[in-house]
Amino acid sequence: MGIEIEKIRGLFPVLHQEVHGKPLVYFDNAATTQKPQAVLDALNNYYSTDNSNIHRGAHALADRATRYFEETREAIQLFINARESAEVLFTKGTTESINLVASAFGRKFIGSGDEIIISTLEHHSNIVPWQMLCEEKGATLKVIPINDAGEVLFDKFEKLLSPKTKLVSIVHASNALGTINPVKKVIAAAHAVGAKVLLDGAQSISHLTVDVQELDCDFLAFSAHKLYGPTGLGVLYGKREVLEAMPPYQGGGEMIKEVTFEKTTYNDIPFKFEAGTPNIGDVIAFKAALDFVNALGKDLIRAHEDELLRYANELLSQVKGFIPVGTAAEKVSVLSFNINAMHPYDVGMMLDANGIAVRTGHHCTQPLMKRLGLEGTVRASFAVYNSKSEIEKLAEGVSRIARIKNK
Amino acid sequence: MSSIQEVQDEIVSEFEILGDDKESTIYYIMELGGSLEEFPDNERVESNTIKGCQSKVWLIADEKDGKVHFKADSNTDVTKGLITLLLRVLNYRSPEEIIKAELNFVERIGMGSIIGSQRSNGFASMIKQIKLYALAIQSKQNA
Repeated sequence: MGIEIEKIRGLFPVLHQEVHGKPLVYFDNAATTQKPQAVLDALNNYYSTDNSNIHRGAHALADRATRYFEETREAIQLFINARESAEVLFTKGTTESINLVASAFGRKFIGSGDEIIISTLEHHSNIVPWQMLCEEKGATLKVIPINDAGEVLFDKFEKLLSPKTKLVSIVHASNALGTINPVKKVIAAAHAVGAKVLLDGAQSISHLTVDVQELDCDFLAFSAHKLYGPTGLGVLYGKREVLEAMPPYQGGGEMIKEVTFEKTTYNDIPFKFEAGTPNIGDVIAFKAALDFVNALGKDLIRAHEDELLRYANELLSQVKGFIPVGTAAEKVSVLSFNINAMHPYDVGMMLDANGIAVRTGHHCTQPLMKRLGLEGTVRASFAVYNSKSEIEKLAEGVSRIARIKNK
Repeated sequence: MSSIQEVQDEIVSEFEILGDDKESTIYYIMELGGSLEEFPDNERVESNTIKGCQSKVWLIADEKDGKVHFKADSNTDVTKGLITLLLRVLNYRSPEEIIKAELNFVERIGMGSIIGSQRSNGFASMIKQIKLYALAIQSKQNA
């Protein structure tokens, strides 16, 4: 049984609008996905009926809010198959999750002469925190090269690994090209030299089944807003023994066991890493997003999105002047491209005039664009609520635009 | 030569013909860029770029018979078209005229909704840089 597309679209109020007099076609899902009504309702319900600070209040509202908050943590545990919910930390987003590891893990476990490995495909948020850490600690950042299709060269990665490697931080699925990295192999090889592995799951989490026990990653970072949930909320999964060995990230309330002016003892995980009042409303509403994805199932979602990507490639490859960017064998539903002799910004504006929302530019992956010799690309990224008729509109729009310079 | 206001009125009436269709408006702007004066390759350097633009914009100015002569270019067609509009209004005028110019055509054609807020900021940076060049040339004239 396939996806009942109209039924799914009916759950997303934002999709039903016109932009510049044309029906909205939302293909900027790699930037952020839209939210189903259930998530909006959960946010509204929380603030209408349960709003309260959690974990300490001795009253009914605080009790309810705490229970719902922790239920989301348990739902995430199941979603990524963590051993226990204490391994699930709440952050502001993928970026903060990565920065938390760079700050707390980095402070204790990265020293002068150590090496950190990333790949050419990384988003700036999985580059800059490591550059900052390396500069501070006198460590070295190494980069796994890619081929022209946008796939990491595994044999080159193996050559970079050594006992000096303390951490490999790699993207699961590339935001700019869609490439799915062979992360299970990467993790096993990194562990063989004693390195820990952080997986940037910002893009993979909505498309692929991410099982942290099967992959055996030490950390997994992702954002709620790319998984049909609210903005301003992220997750960091970490193995218990690794999280326990790390010093706290930020100091404040919630993360302490006992404070005296002489000495403070820290709380247990996950609270050790959650200083201050967390993003309670968004955490609670995020469960509705997880329920939405679970109800459909990742297999069905992936099959639908793969078909959208295949169809888009089929239609667009017939357009004169169409240049696909990133042709890896294994991809999530991201289609990056250029049109011969046109700047991606111009293409993006023309598509917007047709009601089609895409992303244009370097996609926060400037080193990747440099490696590919490009200033940027046009990126159409598909989600579960996108339809084949929307792909046809994209192909029509691109075809009309391409004719301007490719007669 | 028509006054700054007359040229702006011309632009506004041209855009009125285009109506509300955004695609044809953008297409028109992109076409305009084709008439831009050739920009010298050796001037395509970092120091001639305008900060605050999403796309690359190069702008240079010199003085010819007491008037300011601008040359500009961009790596995107839409921006080239926007530059063409600006220079149509402001090129080959005295520094004083440029400095005092009130560019009401931008608002009258609804530029903000055509090009979006990020590009509008870039467009404002271009206007600012054009006026700065005019000021610099004026102070040279008065020296």
